[in-house]
Amino acid sequence: MSGWQELVCHGVLGTLGVSLLLPLYRLVRGPSLTDRVVALDLLALQVAGLIIVYSVYTGHSVLLDVALTLAIISSLGTIVIARYLFSGPGGQP
Amino acid sequence: MLLAGVGICRMPDLFLRLQTTAKASTLGVGLLLGAAAVALEDVSVTARALLGIAFIFAITPVATQLIARAAFRAGIPLWEHTGQNDLEEQRPRGAPREPHLGQRETD
Repeated sequence: MSGWQELVCHGVLGTLGVSLLLPLYRLVRGPSLTDRVVALDLLALQVAGLIIVYSVYTGHSVLLDVALTLAIISSLGTIVIARYLFSGPGGQP
Repeated sequence: MLLAGVGICRMPDLFLRLQTTAKASTLGVGLLLGAAAVALEDVSVTARALLGIAFIFAITPVATQLIARAAFRAGIPLWEHTGQNDLEEQRPRGAPREPHLGQRETD
């Protein structure tokens, strides 16, 4: 890996690490349940992005499978929680 | 992705948070997968990245739409400066209600 590529990887890893803190703040403070669900979804997608950048950084392409699975599972989990939120009284979609 | 984090931290309302995070995070993960496909230079990696981009672009808007509809039905309060609300008459009155597990009540 050439020098500038390593530099870009370092920069992106640092930026993503900083941006992980912001949905964590919303996850702790969120006023309603749906806020926390959205924050959790965004957190999982950001972790998936972090794993993708790390796989480029180390050159291990196996880690891409981990990132893909994490992103898909988190989105499916969000859909399932939305179905659960519909289940109140009079909550027919 | 950093913009999505700032958006979820600063936006005043659940629905604005939803729209700012869904688009930014979808585009962010898609571009990162594309960058990985270009950087690793392998056929299997490129195929996996294209598959992942397709899945994420298909699933994330669906999840966002379902969450927004569920939140609107549940009566989550809107921001006070929201101008247009086409579904106002279908909105339930009163406080936000809590979800519950089990059989649906027929009312």
